[in-house]
Amino acid sequence: MKAKLFDYIDRDNFIFNLSGLTKLFCFIFMTFSVMFSYDIRYILFVMIVSAIIFKASGLQFKQIKIMLIYVIIFLLLNFVLTFLFSPTYGTEIYGTRHELFRITDFYVVTEEQLLYQITKTTKYASVVPLGMIFLLTTNPSEFAASLNRVGISYKASYALSLTLRYFPDMIRNYQDIALAQQSRGLDLSKKEKLGVRVKNTMNICIPLIFSTLDRIELISNAMDLRGFGKHKKRTWYVARPMKKGDWGAFVFGAAVLAGSLCLSIFVNGSRFWNPFV
Amino acid sequence: MEEDGRKNAVIEFADFSFQYFSQAEPTLHGIDLKIYEGEKVLIVGPSGSGKSTIGHCLNGLIPFSYHGNVEGSLKICGKETREMNIFELSKRVGTVLQDADGQFIGLTVGEDIAFALENDLVKQDEMKETVQKVADMVDMGTLLKSSPFELSGGQKQRVAFAGVLVDDVDILLFDEPLANLDPATGKTAIDLIDRVWREYRKTVVIIEHRLEDVLYRDVDRIVLVNDGRIVADMTPDQMMAADILGKYGIREPLYVTALKYAGVKVEEAHRAGRLITLDIPAVQDAVLKWNSEAEERSAGEKKPAILSAEHLYFQYTKKRKILQDINFEIPEGEMVSIVGTNGAGKSTLAKVICGFVNEDEGKLLYCGEDMKGQTIKERSRIISYVMQNPNQMICKPMIYDEVALGLRLNGVPEEEIEKRVEKALKICGLAPFKKWPISALSFGQKKRVTIASMLVMNPKILILDEPTAGQDYHHYTEIMEFLKSLNESGVTILMITHDMHLMLEYTTHAIVICDGKKIGDASAVEILTNEEIADRANLKVTSLYELAKLVGIVEAQSFVQKFIDYERRNMRS
Repeated sequence: MKAKLFDYIDRDNFIFNLSGLTKLFCFIFMTFSVMFSYDIRYILFVMIVSAIIFKASGLQFKQIKIMLIYVIIFLLLNFVLTFLFSPTYGTEIYGTRHELFRITDFYVVTEEQLLYQITKTTKYASVVPLGMIFLLTTNPSEFAASLNRVGISYKASYALSLTLRYFPDMIRNYQDIALAQQSRGLDLSKKEKLGVRVKNTMNICIPLIFSTLDRIELISNAMDLRGFGKHKKRTWYVARPMKKGDWGAFVFGAAVLAGSLCLSIFVNGSRFWNPFV
Repeated sequence: MEEDGRKNAVIEFADFSFQYFSQAEPTLHGIDLKIYEGEKVLIVGPSGSGKSTIGHCLNGLIPFSYHGNVEGSLKICGKETREMNIFELSKRVGTVLQDADGQFIGLTVGEDIAFALENDLVKQDEMKETVQKVADMVDMGTLLKSSPFELSGGQKQRVAFAGVLVDDVDILLFDEPLANLDPATGKTAIDLIDRVWREYRKTVVIIEHRLEDVLYRDVDRIVLVNDGRIVADMTPDQMMAADILGKYGIREPLYVTALKYAGVKVEEAHRAGRLITLDIPAVQDAVLKWNSEAEERSAGEKKPAILSAEHLYFQYTKKRKILQDINFEIPEGEMVSIVGTNGAGKSTLAKVICGFVNEDEGKLLYCGEDMKGQTIKERSRIISYVMQNPNQMICKPMIYDEVALGLRLNGVPEEEIEKRVEKALKICGLAPFKKWPISALSFGQKKRVTIASMLVMNPKILILDEPTAGQDYHHYTEIMEFLKSLNESGVTILMITHDMHLMLEYTTHAIVICDGKKIGDASAVEILTNEEIADRANLKVTSLYELAKLVGIVEAQSFVQKFIDYERRNMRS
């Protein structure tokens, strides 16, 4: 079911048991390391690591399938468009020109361009699974606790975690309303023209907004009545203390980032790995 | 009052008035009310009487969240509330709100119970200990890791209850605790409140209009509120004898009504507050005499089936079978209730009928014709579905446009639309509001707008999900009489409901679903006097049946039928 897209389901394994704070930092470290480096060898290394983490976390492939499809479409589009708009950017970066074949005088496929584009695609492709792992293995409340611990106000953190929590509810609510409206003759199928479909979707959004507002009033009353916002700080039932595993993961994340930086500075001498010289 | 000497008043209203800034008139006028330590008080009143406002004043939502003008004094534990803030108050008054689902804040049971402790900066180890202790008090100790999706309505309410008990408050306030619960779960909830009240010596205030269900356990006093004033404050026994509940739109217990039909003049000495305490010998003769004289109406002839199901199966996934081998026949022009526990498959059945989801096996026949393959839109010409919450359905700001929406979408010419909309508004008693914005309507009126917007489509079958949820007796009667008149004009009506009064009084036919299977299909009277079915489907045997047995009527079922027939003939025509 679609509503399961962002549902957090608790599991008992190493990845799930790491504290939210550790996971947040590891996510930032690893993302930064691939964003910084244009060395495809290193990016592939991180990608394999994230695949191993995914496997270890016990997540099901179907949980990320829809997201993955969107990402692949986006990446393909990005790949084509990059070539259309700047087919010689690779040669500018690497300073050499190894032609493979010509399409027209302007569109020449070079090894440099191919390397550049593949590198860029793998960069994005390796960040997305990291993000998905982070989202799906982190208990929203614990995530809020972690954010609070790194200095973000607990009200803002809690608001974020509530949003994450109610998102699946909203999707369910949307589906119910859509069905009821369809039974009044609202057509959302492809038979209808796009403009009408957009207008019809609006008809669903209004009741969705109103029932969500009801819900918000209720939850904020319930929170007030139980003392939310009384003190400047609060404690967290789900907060996890940092354990050995957390420090291990933390060090590993930091090492990945350091590796990326060292590789660029000491080995490649720039952010790019240049095999053409 | 005479109790003043021996007990302390923990809640003291003195000439207390309140007016919301958004309203022209005060909601509460000169309230004088004392509630003593360790008392259990029930506050009843029709919708809009101000009973919820009293609750909001007690827990501090007024004036903290809802602003307005306060006059007079309200002291809680001897301290003036206007000098306290909502946090201070929440340490003394613990509130369990009506909607157990909506107030579930945490991601798991344990986290939700801990919420107040977290805000109080309690250390984690201490917090876990307290949570376990309190969860055990409400029998949820083994489910600390469960998420709200895995819990039943009753369990969610227990969690909400535990969430306020962690604070060790003196006063427990329950705002319509029975509103979303099926009869059997409601009974357990009242039991639990009673247990905590006795064992932990709390002061308990319950705001509720389902009087008979609350009186399943002892209550010290009933406070009747109407139009922002207290009109009665007496013990349940006195209240039954005073015979004023009906006048203020509160339904008295059915067995009390039966006593009155039997010509018994209920007195305080009869102890009619609860059926258990009722002085049976004093009323026995009158009831027996009435039973022997009253007539039982014979069933009318059966009409051909408009909707029938043959071996209907449905499942979302292979593991979870939702509907299994459902068979039924609904004759044209009947009013049918579909009952059963939460999650039994009632709503899914409605969805299959409307074509929102497709059956896996079996047939669904409309006038003998298989509906297989008909889309939602095609079925919507014959079948209309009204959801429980009108806010989930209304999508236009103006009443007229909302009701006209379905016709416009179907391309009906504007002149015809006007005629049909006017007719539907008239039937629903909304004609004077034709040009009004929806936002000006009450909840009950909105509900009627959603029904009107379905009626314009001229459906043959109308399916309603909990048509009377959250309505007081007055509005309940209004909606149900309206549905009955619709039914008499030829529309077949199916209602998904928890409300046993509704079943008994308005529907001739009840289908009971339990764990996806049909376990009962008979007249509502037969279902509600069958202990086995009532038990399995989380219903409650009606108190009429129990009364009949207590006075020694052998054919208790026929007594119930006679009561319903008598009421139809004499009270509502």
